[in-house]
Amino acid sequence: MKSYEEINEKIASGKAVVLTADEVSDYVDQKGLAKAAEEIDVVTTATFGAMCSSGAFVNFGQCAPKIRITEAWIDDVLAYSGVAAVDAYIGATQLRQNDPENMYYPGEFRFGGGHVIEKLVAGKQCQLFALSYGTDEYPRRELRTWFTIDDLNQAIMVNPRNCYQNYNVATNLSDRTIYTYLGALKPHMKNLTYSSAGQLSPLLNDPLYRTIGIGTAVWLAGARGHVYAEGTQHAPSISRTPGGVPTGGAGTLALTADMKQMKGRYVRGVSLKGYGVSLALGVGVPIPILDEDVLLKTTVRDRDIPAEVIDYSSDYPNKTGKVLAHVNYADLKKGNIELLGKRVEVSSMSSYAMALEIAELLKEEVRSGSFLLSRPLQPLPVEQELKSLKIRKEDEVR
Amino acid sequence: MIQKKFLLNFSKEVSEQPHIYHLVKDYDLIVNIFRAKITDEAEGFMILEISGEKDALRKGIAYLRDQNVGVGEAEKGVVWDEERCTQCGNCLSHCPTHALRIDDPATMHIIFDAEACIECLACIKNCPYGACTSVF
Repeated sequence: MKSYEEINEKIASGKAVVLTADEVSDYVDQKGLAKAAEEIDVVTTATFGAMCSSGAFVNFGQCAPKIRITEAWIDDVLAYSGVAAVDAYIGATQLRQNDPENMYYPGEFRFGGGHVIEKLVAGKQCQLFALSYGTDEYPRRELRTWFTIDDLNQAIMVNPRNCYQNYNVATNLSDRTIYTYLGALKPHMKNLTYSSAGQLSPLLNDPLYRTIGIGTAVWLAGARGHVYAEGTQHAPSISRTPGGVPTGGAGTLALTADMKQMKGRYVRGVSLKGYGVSLALGVGVPIPILDEDVLLKTTVRDRDIPAEVIDYSSDYPNKTGKVLAHVNYADLKKGNIELLGKRVEVSSMSSYAMALEIAELLKEEVRSGSFLLSRPLQPLPVEQELKSLKIRKEDEVR
Repeated sequence: MIQKKFLLNFSKEVSEQPHIYHLVKDYDLIVNIFRAKITDEAEGFMILEISGEKDALRKGIAYLRDQNVGVGEAEKGVVWDEERCTQCGNCLSHCPTHALRIDDPATMHIIFDAEACIECLACIKNCPYGACTSVF
């Protein structure tokens, strides 16, 4: 048994024993659980992939004469301005104004909020265009200027949902190519796509949220960030393996960090043909090895993590709940998989190579004493169902 | 018999000549054209694989150079930008020849084998990060 304080003291003195979630399984196999739990202080987990529910609050500062912005566009991408005078929220999936969308199907969706955020973190110049109705104390009604992230007072990433604990695997049983947020899916189940870092993924290494809770310190694209809430659609009450690994989405995290501290390599705009724009982010979460149970959970391997294959041509859009097949991440990572008597090519939307790079980077930061852990202020719910939206007629609610 | 991939560049002055015909007829070479384009400035590009006897291939290439055709051996029509690539692997099931592939399942690093690329451009259409581009 170790406390957060003991682990942080070891980190601060540069003596912490830190392994990545990729390394820890073999290590525990060799040393045995009890001995390994005494030795290891921290296991680093990570993921890198498209996280649509991401965005950033920015504060532009005031100009003279002053403005109370009602609508704002950064590089022609609408930023939500229903907040204070010169605050705005730029969301990852907001498309650039006048993008033809899927009018010429499948649309290319070349630029949107995710790309704006990538440009900001990369230190590039962005254009701000803003409108207002004008008031006595904020008389200006229009402005156009250029700025970089350094000109902003604050640029705080606030992501309502990141790090989905697990995810389904998409394929296409129809007779035409379909375009989804998991990429292009060829007809007649010629390919399938998954999106998870598997055995490196943060919430798969702490499946019942013993150490990851509200207040947990995370590595968000190179900045020190925090879990600020349960993520939207956090729904842990689903079927799980005996080891606690959920067979579907389950838990999610709401993350925040200072965008000015982020590294461009881990903040990347995404264009998904036929679907839209998004933002890919790198996230690392250190797990303190408080006891044997916490360590045991970090030894999860790809072969222990199940995933459900869903037909995105029909069952997914129609919400039928039908699962075509069950697979695991070890099989998915082989590049092709035997599914319903057919050999199917596999693609991924999540980068294991980048996740590994982040887990190693975070390992070095913890080892060198520059990344201390934080005890959660409040645990995440472990029981909660996902609600569906009921479409009601007006006379049903009168 | 050897086999090599080339990127040919035909300037406006030479783009109307039947150079590929001569490669086949005069030098007994086998050509497999992956992709060809003529621009509105009458400049032409061609990506092809040429196979034949070593000596014949050498002479055929010398003929092309003699005709002022630009012959690039290392140059490829499809460029994979390793910095832009996030190694996600979305391209893997779209690349018909596995020119883009993962060789080491431990690192899951993507490699681009330009010799295996047949220039179908599926990676360009599918890459969410714009990591693959075409030189023409």
